[in-house]
Amino acid sequence: MASDAISIPAPQVREKPWVDLLHEWVTTVDHKRLGILYIVYALVFLLLGGVEALIIRIQLMHSHNDFVSPQVFNRMFTMHGTTMIFFVVMPVLFGFANYLVPLMIGARDMAFPRLNAFSFWLSAFGGLLLYFSFVGGSGLYGAGNAPDIGWWAYAPLTARAFSPGHSSDYWTLALLVSGFGSIGTAINIIATILCLRCPGMKLNRMPLQVWLYLVMGSMVLIAITPLSAAQIMLLIDRYLGGHFFDAQAGGSAVLWMHFFWIFGHPEVYVLVIPAFGFLSEIIPVFSRKPIFGYPVMVAASIAIGFVSLSVWAHHMFTVGMNSYANSFFAITTMAVGVPTGIKIFNWIGTMWGGRIHFKVPMLFCIGFLFQFLIAGLTGIIQAAAPVDWQLSLSYFVVAHFHYVIVGGILFALFGAFYYWYPKITGRMLSETLGKWHFWLFLIGFHLTFDVMHIPGLLGMPRRIYTYEPDRGWDTLNLIISIGAFIQAIAILVFVWNLISSYFNGAKAGNDPWDAWTLEWSTSSPPPAYNFATVPVVASRRPLWDLKHPEDPDSQYE
Amino acid sequence: MSKEVKNSIVRIATLSAVFFFCYIATAAAAETSATGTNIFAPQSTPARSILHLSLFVLSITGLIFVVVVTLIIVSISKFRATSANAHSEPAQVYGSTQIELAWTIIPVLIVIVLFLATARVIHAIQDAPEPPGAVEVTVIGHQYWWEFRYPKLGIVTANELHIPVSDPTHPTPTFLRLLSADTDHSFWVPELAGKTDLIPNHPNRMWMDPQRTGVFLGQCAQYCGTQHGKMLLRVSVDSQQDFAAWVRSQQQPAVQDASAAAGRQIFEHTACINCHTVSGTAADGRFGPDLTHLMSRATIAAGAAENTPQNLRLWIEDPNAIKPGSLMPAMKLSDANLDEVVKYMETLH
Amino acid sequence: MACLIIAESSIFTIFVVAYLFYIGKSLTGPTPSEVLEVPIFFTICLLSSSITVHFAGRFLERNNRSMFLVLWSLTIVLGGLFLFGTGREWHRLIYDHGLTISTNLFGTTYYSLVGLHAFHVTAGLIMLSVVLIFGLAGRIDAEQSRRIDVLSLYWHFVDAVWIVVFTVVYIVGR
Ligand code: HEA
Ligand code: HEA
Ligand code: HEC
Ligand code: CUA
Ligand SMILES: [Cu+2]
Repeated sequence: MASDAISIPAPQVREKPWVDLLHEWVTTVDHKRLGILYIVYALVFLLLGGVEALIIRIQLMHSHNDFVSPQVFNRMFTMHGTTMIFFVVMPVLFGFANYLVPLMIGARDMAFPRLNAFSFWLSAFGGLLLYFSFVGGSGLYGAGNAPDIGWWAYAPLTARAFSPGHSSDYWTLALLVSGFGSIGTAINIIATILCLRCPGMKLNRMPLQVWLYLVMGSMVLIAITPLSAAQIMLLIDRYLGGHFFDAQAGGSAVLWMHFFWIFGHPEVYVLVIPAFGFLSEIIPVFSRKPIFGYPVMVAASIAIGFVSLSVWAHHMFTVGMNSYANSFFAITTMAVGVPTGIKIFNWIGTMWGGRIHFKVPMLFCIGFLFQFLIAGLTGIIQAAAPVDWQLSLSYFVVAHFHYVIVGGILFALFGAFYYWYPKITGRMLSETLGKWHFWLFLIGFHLTFDVMHIPGLLGMPRRIYTYEPDRGWDTLNLIISIGAFIQAIAILVFVWNLISSYFNGAKAGNDPWDAWTLEWSTSSPPPAYNFATVPVVASRRPLWDLKHPEDPDSQYE
Repeated sequence: MSKEVKNSIVRIATLSAVFFFCYIATAAAAETSATGTNIFAPQSTPARSILHLSLFVLSITGLIFVVVVTLIIVSISKFRATSANAHSEPAQVYGSTQIELAWTIIPVLIVIVLFLATARVIHAIQDAPEPPGAVEVTVIGHQYWWEFRYPKLGIVTANELHIPVSDPTHPTPTFLRLLSADTDHSFWVPELAGKTDLIPNHPNRMWMDPQRTGVFLGQCAQYCGTQHGKMLLRVSVDSQQDFAAWVRSQQQPAVQDASAAAGRQIFEHTACINCHTVSGTAADGRFGPDLTHLMSRATIAAGAAENTPQNLRLWIEDPNAIKPGSLMPAMKLSDANLDEVVKYMETLH
Repeated sequence: MACLIIAESSIFTIFVVAYLFYIGKSLTGPTPSEVLEVPIFFTICLLSSSITVHFAGRFLERNNRSMFLVLWSLTIVLGGLFLFGTGREWHRLIYDHGLTISTNLFGTTYYSLVGLHAFHVTAGLIMLSVVLIFGLAGRIDAEQSRRIDVLSLYWHFVDAVWIVVFTVVYIVGR
């Protein structure tokens, strides 16, 4: 797992035999190493999930294609969705949390280093369990198979009658196990932030990234557990003959939907909130201005967290809730637009009047702003329940959420990679390759996901393995598939950049971006103990104060 | 500087081109699509009020889009670092209460307006009362086909729904009661109404009042298993006379054609009858589609194939050849028997 | 620990919601009102163990080790009694009334909810016993009192959950 592409031996040690190195990585409890493990692990799964996406796209390239069988297609989108959400974005965000939070608050490690390692290995084990289903799914009955129940695993499709074999169980267990890992890490993040801040780092002086991780951690606690509970019920149904979701015995399929989305909706904000954090760190630095409206940004993040706990049934507008419930979930969903809008406006306010340096991290952030805006607005369109009666379960929704997740989160993540890679490895990523990566990915992204809205409007449902030639969806789908391949090339460029810059990149120095938060005050990569002397801060931008003693932030607080 | 301005112009132009393209593509498809799955071409009241709401929401969000994108583009083109100023820091601004208040309050107002418009349409569609002249159909979703029952008319059919056109002055809307025999499904005919799910143990309701005759296409929208992709739907909107005629013919028991007696014999002595119904015979299974008037349908197996003798034969020989994963087993009939059964099927008008 | 309790609470919430949702929805018997008896005695046991564990902690703070050990053991006994009660009830339900987890919706939700709680009691008892062993070995004094407090917080939580479960299962559910 510890791909040597990114692993960095601590600077002060001499070359060690690789077995020792491996042993060190596998048994590590250091927050930076665990962070890197998480990130590398997520990247591997990104490639896997991406290959699955490509298989989906090849199959849908034209009508009545038979590149893969319907069964395989259904497994592909199930595995693609599950992998991307649970084994790509979640771990990569936890990875950055592990790496950055202690550095940003001037701590030497996470609050519970051993819990940290334990959680990582739980998550890793979860991912392996999921993929083991490819071989073990049918047990002794024959060839293997992966789950084909969709990433929501709606009842009663998961009942024994409709999903024989063990593939659904691998899915359930994988999410259960990695869910416990996530809860462990969330507890760790919260405890670290609340207890280990360095002297002077009051709550209202923490970098926004840290605030957003605090919100994310709290949401994980509240959001993942309903999923775990529902998974336990599902296991009881499947193994002990329970009837929670068994329609034949009076059980309710709708209950599962509620449980899943009580988890599922907050989950998507869990994913996006740290991405907001990346923007809130990168945009100020490259605009050379402090974040606009810090207190409001904090308040908006917390507001998003709270409101998003009460919007889940906007994924269920078509299941036949009564008109009051539909109206309620429509208004709460639209209400999330307000605090989210505040964030968008504040980022623009940060750039406004600044001196913007268009380095690769900043490019990705601007891409985020633009795409997240569109994605949010298509979200609002879907939040109008009657409109969603048409759009729900169609490719319009698929376009909406890839717009948020790929156009938003993935862009922010790429930005974060370019921004913090120098800190993590001590070397800069190549700007030239970075620009190639950015533009290729931008083009591929828009080709794929702009166009994807249209088949949705033309009545194309999601999760269909093929479609009829007379519907007029052919050309559109071809364009979408071409875009996916351009994205694939861009990602290969990115991976190549990660590897080659590790060996040949320019030396970064402590503070290549002239930034202001504490992680840039220590060496790159930081020593095992992070800071030689525990830093003391007097404002939100400690390094600004150091660099501009004549005009320190602290005098305004 | 000029190069940078040029860059941003190129960028803006590209983006606008993309959007223009999307818009044109949608509009063009809306014009030409003869297929009838376009939500921009509604032919029935629920679909139409949804479209009006969509256009309203679209224009408001479009407006927001234009405003915010303008802000983004201005800020990235106007506030670029230049070689002259790159090495000094700009004025450090920390926030502004008035501005932040403004961009909180305006969105709140917009949200309220959007919500009121939404709630009105929700109410109008969902709480519409059922008028006395309405046609009632019970729709039962099966893994991977549709069962349609007209309780008042005593008709059972599959995959192709017939409903009367509704004259706005004398509305004869159709009200669907949605049930499921196994997993979740969703009934979606975009030009007639929004979709509603069919969920076991959770009866749902939806309605439509098509104002134009013709065949409208749709398909199952909720993932229901292997062949979810080929669970297609055809809704034939008939004139009042045609509908009445269709009802009369469907109410007849199956035709007993002596020339196909051999095929019928085989059919009735094979497991077919455990799953299929042919009224007036021993076949009364309900696991598969009712075959009493099989020949009145244009397609078989929920739209997976056209209803031709060749396809029928292929289907009965091996359903998986047409629809891999469908729940009808291959019956392993001999070639001769197969021909006879197909011949029998072809008499079921 | 506070975080863990939040997380645990939401797990229990989901199970409680499921229980409430399915009250009266079983298609076949037996129904709760036919078979459930209110376990007043064992409830009192569990609730009073909260009091004993609290005072055990207070004695430990004042370095009164023997009182601590006495009350601590009492807590374990009370908790054990409660578990015994649950076990007896299940035995009765299964053998006398034929109610198992797969009988009907009531069985499914009842055993899962009460079982989940019993699982937490068991986990708590194990931790309490480990402490007791250390205590008997003389390894526990006022210095550990903060750690002990964390454990008793957990125990209070398990008790509080029982109040909810009790209300839902034995009062609302009947
Ligand atoms: C990271 C993830 C993420 C984020 C941030 C969002 C954000 C939003 N989402 Fe999305 N969503 C998903 C991920 C995400 N979504 C996923 C994965 C699914 C589908 C899952 C599946 O089915 O498989 C989904 C599905 C989904 C649905 C269900 C569709 C269906 O299946 O029928 C709906 C419906 O309401 C919805 C709405 C919204 C809204 C209103 C927001 C809002 O938060 C957006 C807020 C942002 C803005 C509005 C833009 C900026 C604001 C301004 C410029 C201010 C001015 C604006 C106004 C006053 C309106 N989303
Ligand atoms: C983090 C979340 C995430 C991400 C990043 C993506 C990324 C992509 N997704 Fe996915 N998607 C989901 C989350 C995500 N998706 C979810 C939750 C669903 C719903 C599932 C469900 O319905 O249950 C879904 C469903 C979904 C569908 C709908 C399937 C259906 O309904 O039938 C489609 C169809 O086009 C699609 C396409 C894509 C594409 C083209 C990308 C591209 O952006 C991917 C780009 C990446 C690559 C192309 C990788 C490049 C790698 C290589 C080239 C590898 C080289 C190989 C090695 C060295 C090993 N996705
Ligand atoms: C185990 C149950 C089962 C048996 C036995 C069975 N069928 Fe079917 N049949 C089905 C199902 C289920 C479908 C619908 C499949 C689908 O659309 O996915 C179907 C569909 C059909 C259709 C297409 C109907 C339509 O309107 O689309 C025909 C024709 C048909 N069966 C004929 C037969 C004949 C003839 C036999 C016996 C030789 C037979 N079936 C035996 C279950 C069965
Ligand atoms: Cu039926 Cu999908
Ligand atoms: Cu949502």
